[in-house]
Amino acid sequence: MSKTITDVICPFCGTLCDDLIVTTDDDGKKILSVDNACAIGAEKFLHSSDHAHRVTRPRKMQEDGSYKEISYDEAIEHTAQILVKAKKPLMYGWSSTSCEAQSVGHEIAELCGAIVDNTAAVCHGTTLIAVQNVGIPSCTLGEVKNRADRVVFWGCNPAHAHPRHMSRYSIFPRGYFTGKGHKQRKIIVVDPRPTDTSSLADVHLQVEQGYDYELLQALRAAVRGEPLMGDVIAGVPKEKVYEAADMLKSGRFGVIFFGMGVTQSLGKDHNIDAAICLTKDLNDYTKFSIIAMRGHYNVTGSGQVLGWQFGFPYSVDLSRGFARYNPGETGSIEVLKRQEADAVFVLGSDPGAHFPMRCVKEIARLPSVAIDPHITPTTEICDVHVPVAFVGVEVGGNCYRMDNVPIESRKVVEPPEGMMTDQEFLSAVLKRVEELKAN
Amino acid sequence: MDIVKLIPSKVPELYLETEHISPDVFAGKTAQQIGELHVHMGNQTYKLSDYFTIEGKGGATAADTKIVIAGDVSKVKYIGMKMTAGEVEVLGNADMYVGAWMAGGKLLVKGSVDSFAGIAMTGGELVIEGNAKNYIGAAYRGDWRGMQGGKLVVKGNVGSDVGSNINGGTIEIGGNADVHLATHAEGGKIIVGGVAKGRVGGQMVKGEIYVLGGVERMMPSYKYDHDEEVELNGKKMNFQVYYGDLGERHGKRKGEIVYGKIFIATGAAEAESEGKTEARAERRAKLNEKQVAQMAEAFKTNAEPSVQEVRTYIYDTFGFDLKPMQVSRLIDSMKR
Amino acid sequence: MSEYIIKNGTVYDPKTSVKGEAKDICIKDGKIVDKVSSKAKSIDAKGKTVMAGAVEVHAHVAGPKVNEGRNYRPEDKLFSYKPTGKNTRMSGGFSIPTTFKTGYEYAKMGYTTVMEAAMPPLYARHVHEEIKDTPIVDEAAFPVFGNNWFVFEYLKNNEMDNVMAYISWLLRTTKGYAIKIVNPGGSEAWGWGENCNTIHDPVPYFDITPAEIMKGLLTANEKLGLPHSIHVHTNNLGNPGNYETTLDTFKLSQGIKPTNKFGREQVLHHTHVQFHSYGGDSWANFESKAKDVMDYVNANKNMTIDLGCVTLDETTTMTADGPFEHHLTTLNHLKWANVDVELETSSGIVPYVYDPNIKVCAIQWAIGLELALYAKDPMRTFVTTDHPNAGPFTRYPRIFKWLMSDKSRQDMLKGFKNSDKVIAATTLASLDREISLYELAQMTRAGPAKSLGLGHMFGGLDKGMDADVVIYDFDEAKNKDPEQIEKAFSAAEYVFKSGTLVVDHGEIVNNGNKRTLWVDAKVPENTQVERDVQMKFLKYYSVNLNNYEVSDHYVPNPYVIEVDSN
Repeated sequence: MSKTITDVICPFCGTLCDDLIVTTDDDGKKILSVDNACAIGAEKFLHSSDHAHRVTRPRKMQEDGSYKEISYDEAIEHTAQILVKAKKPLMYGWSSTSCEAQSVGHEIAELCGAIVDNTAAVCHGTTLIAVQNVGIPSCTLGEVKNRADRVVFWGCNPAHAHPRHMSRYSIFPRGYFTGKGHKQRKIIVVDPRPTDTSSLADVHLQVEQGYDYELLQALRAAVRGEPLMGDVIAGVPKEKVYEAADMLKSGRFGVIFFGMGVTQSLGKDHNIDAAICLTKDLNDYTKFSIIAMRGHYNVTGSGQVLGWQFGFPYSVDLSRGFARYNPGETGSIEVLKRQEADAVFVLGSDPGAHFPMRCVKEIARLPSVAIDPHITPTTEICDVHVPVAFVGVEVGGNCYRMDNVPIESRKVVEPPEGMMTDQEFLSAVLKRVEELKAN
Repeated sequence: MDIVKLIPSKVPELYLETEHISPDVFAGKTAQQIGELHVHMGNQTYKLSDYFTIEGKGGATAADTKIVIAGDVSKVKYIGMKMTAGEVEVLGNADMYVGAWMAGGKLLVKGSVDSFAGIAMTGGELVIEGNAKNYIGAAYRGDWRGMQGGKLVVKGNVGSDVGSNINGGTIEIGGNADVHLATHAEGGKIIVGGVAKGRVGGQMVKGEIYVLGGVERMMPSYKYDHDEEVELNGKKMNFQVYYGDLGERHGKRKGEIVYGKIFIATGAAEAESEGKTEARAERRAKLNEKQVAQMAEAFKTNAEPSVQEVRTYIYDTFGFDLKPMQVSRLIDSMKR
Repeated sequence: MSEYIIKNGTVYDPKTSVKGEAKDICIKDGKIVDKVSSKAKSIDAKGKTVMAGAVEVHAHVAGPKVNEGRNYRPEDKLFSYKPTGKNTRMSGGFSIPTTFKTGYEYAKMGYTTVMEAAMPPLYARHVHEEIKDTPIVDEAAFPVFGNNWFVFEYLKNNEMDNVMAYISWLLRTTKGYAIKIVNPGGSEAWGWGENCNTIHDPVPYFDITPAEIMKGLLTANEKLGLPHSIHVHTNNLGNPGNYETTLDTFKLSQGIKPTNKFGREQVLHHTHVQFHSYGGDSWANFESKAKDVMDYVNANKNMTIDLGCVTLDETTTMTADGPFEHHLTTLNHLKWANVDVELETSSGIVPYVYDPNIKVCAIQWAIGLELALYAKDPMRTFVTTDHPNAGPFTRYPRIFKWLMSDKSRQDMLKGFKNSDKVIAATTLASLDREISLYELAQMTRAGPAKSLGLGHMFGGLDKGMDADVVIYDFDEAKNKDPEQIEKAFSAAEYVFKSGTLVVDHGEIVNNGNKRTLWVDAKVPENTQVERDVQMKFLKYYSVNLNNYEVSDHYVPNPYVIEVDSN
């Protein structure tokens, strides 16, 4: 026999679909099938169920580079010790775990005077900087579904990175005021390359790579009716720029979605800054909003919890006993590159795969621990690897979608026998840290 | 003027920071008292005397106090922070936040500095003889009020994001400036002796920028208006004057729109030449054929090398930091 | 549990009509009692002021727009951050404090209960996560109803039973406390970039007017018999001449009698009335209409208001009046954040500098105080700053000073750059009334508690009430220095919350065990509304119905007020 669980939240990307249907065996131990998820989401559920290939106990790196199994108690001790001994530990990741777990982690960070940072540092941190400069006119994804007739994808490829985004929110759904679905929407894609997303566009502006900022300011000038210099602007013919400006102004509700194509290309936060200013300008003519395509399913949540507890969304330096923030100084990349940290704690992300090599080497050099259900490039360079239950599969917890809507993820199956959750592990580390600090 | 000499005696294991190296704090203190002041390294607190030998004494007031740092402080942050008077001289390199929130007095660095020097400056004179990195004379994160007054000079080159949100005061750069110069400027004056890479005066509301060596690529939202002769630092020069940023709001004065202005020295026309400009995107490192072959040879016994293994090999052997996606594609092509 | 006796304090308690008399206050098992045993800890309060814990009736302290405000203003935390303490987490943020700081700062001023003024239902879980992380103070949150698609439909069709069922369902689902109405209809119009500027402008497509929305919700509120009345931020906020919209709004409630079992006597609470009391028709002839507004309030006892006083600080405006915030950014060009919420509401955030040298700001400052000084009934006029909109709540002691000292007001008026113009546009210069400490207790304790239907529990020192007790080092009879008012009320000497000592001489000594209050209004089963809800979630919402409700573990220490509306 089998059990069916509905309204399951997918813990993979920032789209945070909450309509999955998961079928498990009667014991609630194995996932048999997943409906409604995209391929990536389904894979996460099914793959987690394969306990034979799961690491179920912590492992410690030996002198010869191999790993030996250790107990959770030993892992807790190792973690507490490296954090307490460090003068400036870096606690990075957080994007693939629940808000409840993040909150416990923050208590540890505050006690140890650490830097707390999440994956925004290499992704949408630049968006957060831009928002700090110019604000952000935005809306929930349901508003897009119900009202939007102009949709812009700038520097992102949802067809690949957020597969169900277009069908759930941005192109195809029929909402309250958008009964004709995609037929009454005009799609503009701005991307130097042709992509699967641009193949759905009414207009594809192939911007010259690295010149998005110029194109955005030119669009702003065009929206204001100002003349533009040159026949080709950032790779786009001037007439097309004016046409795009008119198309945006002529809609009744527009939205710009954007991703790494602009958050991490030359200018970074400035690109987003200009896109936000364009959105704000368009509100003088019609209604326009802008939404960041957040990657990890709970990087937004990490930013929220850091925000209400410390006042900053990422790259938060607690080492002086009070919180400080300045990406460029307090961000993980520069902290590792400049060798400003002396211990590394990673949870719920994979910097070993994504950080610059110099930073990866630094993580390998320093006393470290990685908390992750999988074996990853990060776990393979850390001193200790602690496996934990999958949030959203084996343990529930609150998560925040790309538009900041909080959705509580559920537990659908039991984790492997004896496996701890992030929250349990962190609570145990916190207790040990408090003991060590009291002495 | 009383002089306090700080001689670095120990290289910090991580980075030191202290709000206390300033004439305002040293004034009225003996060397002994100055030595007791706190410095921080991460979550630990030490004394200034743990890292510096201190000679001399502070003057009666900040204005009577001069601090000389006789050595390298490239791992010390916040030198001269919030100073209102007096002098500071650094006879070496310094780290971040030199002269941050400076309100008066004189700060001279004989070497180079890292980022965030002179942020939110309101007065005084900050001179850096070497180079400086990013966010020089910029605003603190989120604050729309950047540099308000004072004079900031860097004789060498500067990085990006210089003069962001500048409201007043002057920034003079002897050498070149990287991208995003004077973004969101609402006043003030910036002079670049060398070449500005691009995105000069992006989203500028008001202000003046002089670029003597030309701009590699002007913003498309600036329009050429007229030629003008201007005297800068005693020298008369001819400039082409551009008005903008046309994508941004502007105020009016006596019915006329007040634009931001970029002055390009004539003779230093746009340094960009058609067709030859490299795509601005991060110069993607690519392995040449010989390197690819070398790599294939190194991995020939390993049928399924991980992205991590290959990425590390490329970094260690060739010094290239490739992105995981690139490495993944290389592995696929290697298999074939 | 602990027993305390606070001896010989000068007690100001409107609930028991004690007007500055020496009286002992006894605490046992978390409640006020008549007497305690000899084992009780004794506190000598001779020459000191003793009051019940204050009740914040309207502040923006928990939720998505508050947090967006925090995250987008790193500069709000520069140079004022407090490090981790013995019993406290690190705390920062001047105009938008972190949740820890919020709890500590309210407690230190002697505030023990706080109402989060606006909760967007789709984000309710976020509001509760922040409430959970706000130490010491009991809290509740008001879901917003004034731009809700269900409400529009039911009221347009005059389906009172249905709107009541929906209200009951939404309060339960979001663990909410009261019906909040912000810029009714206008924030939905803002979904298209439009607004409703008078209470008779119809909402685009939904074809219902703000007046109909407010009247309908007022009727529903009384039929349900909820503890609080509707809590309204009407249309046209912030615009010169808007006092007429305000009076039109007030008149919707005229003559209607309250129905409830909680001792509440008003049917309409209007919030931050300062922002709604403007005359003139431009910034040039902008003037105060506080007197006109208070003439109505004084004559109509079924209304309560809170002030929304401007403190003349750099602060952050944030409100569910989305179109207003866009308007504000076009005026001051500062960073504007906006979130429109599907089917429910909208919100905006813009920093604002209330510069005393700007005529308009100084007039706004005067208006907030005038409203209080014209008030005939301090039990119906409450002190707020619409935190953080008109100023941070940490400035309340400064407002108390201005209310209680004519000299401090006159000094301010004389010190303004445009003093003459400000005086000409207001009447403050001629108002020499000084609010007494007893009246202050009415305006910050007994009055707000009663209006919230909590007068049996909070805001008073009657036997059986919660032992929320505050001792200030302040002697009304002897004090001659207005600055002492601000000083004393900024840092209470002792604060008890539910009978636990939480603040001792300005230090947090215990984090207490805060509760979240919410209202469970029982109505007859309504299958029509159930079907409507299911249908709208299926077709228009972007989350599934089964994921919408705030589960119990987000409200770990609930205090549920049950109302039988059958």
